[in-house]
Amino acid sequence: MTKLAQWLWGLAILGSTWAALTTGALGLELPLSCQEVLWPLPAYLLVSAGCYALATVGYRVATFHDCEDAARELQSQIQEARADLARRGLRF
Amino acid sequence: MASLEVRRSPPRSRRQLEVRSPRRDKYSVLLPTYNERENLPLIVWLLVKSFSESGINYEIIIIDDGSPDGTRDVAEQLEKIYGSDRILLKPREKKLGLGTAYIHGMKHATGNYVIIMDADLSHHPKFIPEFIRKQKEGNFDIVSGTRYKGNGGVYGWDLKRKIIRLYRKEVLEKLMEKCVSKGYVFQMEMIVRARQLNYTIGEVPISFVDRVYGESKLGGNEIVSFLKGLLTLFATT
Repeated sequence: MTKLAQWLWGLAILGSTWAALTTGALGLELPLSCQEVLWPLPAYLLVSAGCYALATVGYRVATFHDCEDAARELQSQIQEARADLARRGLRF
Repeated sequence: MASLEVRRSPPRSRRQLEVRSPRRDKYSVLLPTYNERENLPLIVWLLVKSFSESGINYEIIIIDDGSPDGTRDVAEQLEKIYGSDRILLKPREKKLGLGTAYIHGMKHATGNYVIIMDADLSHHPKFIPEFIRKQKEGNFDIVSGTRYKGNGGVYGWDLKRKIIRLYRKEVLEKLMEKCVSKGYVFQMEMIVRARQLNYTIGEVPISFVDRVYGESKLGGNEIVSFLKGLLTLFATT
């Protein structure tokens, strides 16, 4: 099964469960407090997922390593390389 | 009378064992190039330096797709300087794409490991001995470079997807058969397929330094095609 199919299956199962419970299609009488939480649950989950995604990206960007030394090292090695290659007869 | 110590050569059977040492590992670096006249000598010099300093057996296969800037000429000079056992030229007439460049290069690779990297100095060959060490350590089928872990990082912010990876040769051959995407997206597909086939993947932190010379071959529409490729992979694997 492809990843897309897996996700669609998962969403279908969770979605139909939620719909069944909130519309009382199964004839279950849930206590009011449960119903109050269940009804907006998909919206809450969506917003939380969005916040989590943003926070993760923000954190990763903020802590991303900056390699100044690598850049300097590369520059000096480029000089070395050009000199050595010219000595060996390379026509740039 | 001083005793004479006679050095007898080891018995014949032991000599045979010593001579028949395990086959030396050889690492083939595949370098597809397009308009890399400035960068190619530098990347080759750095590769030769890293490999020689670590005593690693290697070859560098340059696959040039008919670059108009004279990359092929520079490649021929490098072959003269370093020898045709170390530098293999396998050019093509025109731009035929990254995937086919790797397939073409691999046909001529004599190593038992293959390293795929870019010729534009975005990745420094000094990491390759690290990759080799990591591969031996975990007996991995694939070792990939990451900018996000350990002391990996970047100099120069970019959105480009640059990949440096070490593969066992037979693993790469198998994966190339299975991959269907075009362009840079197929690098991602390789890892997805590798996971499906239960190949082991190791990671090594690397640093990425933004382009020093030359023009990037990645533009804004690459981002769009990257996202399209990602969604295609999502829907087909």
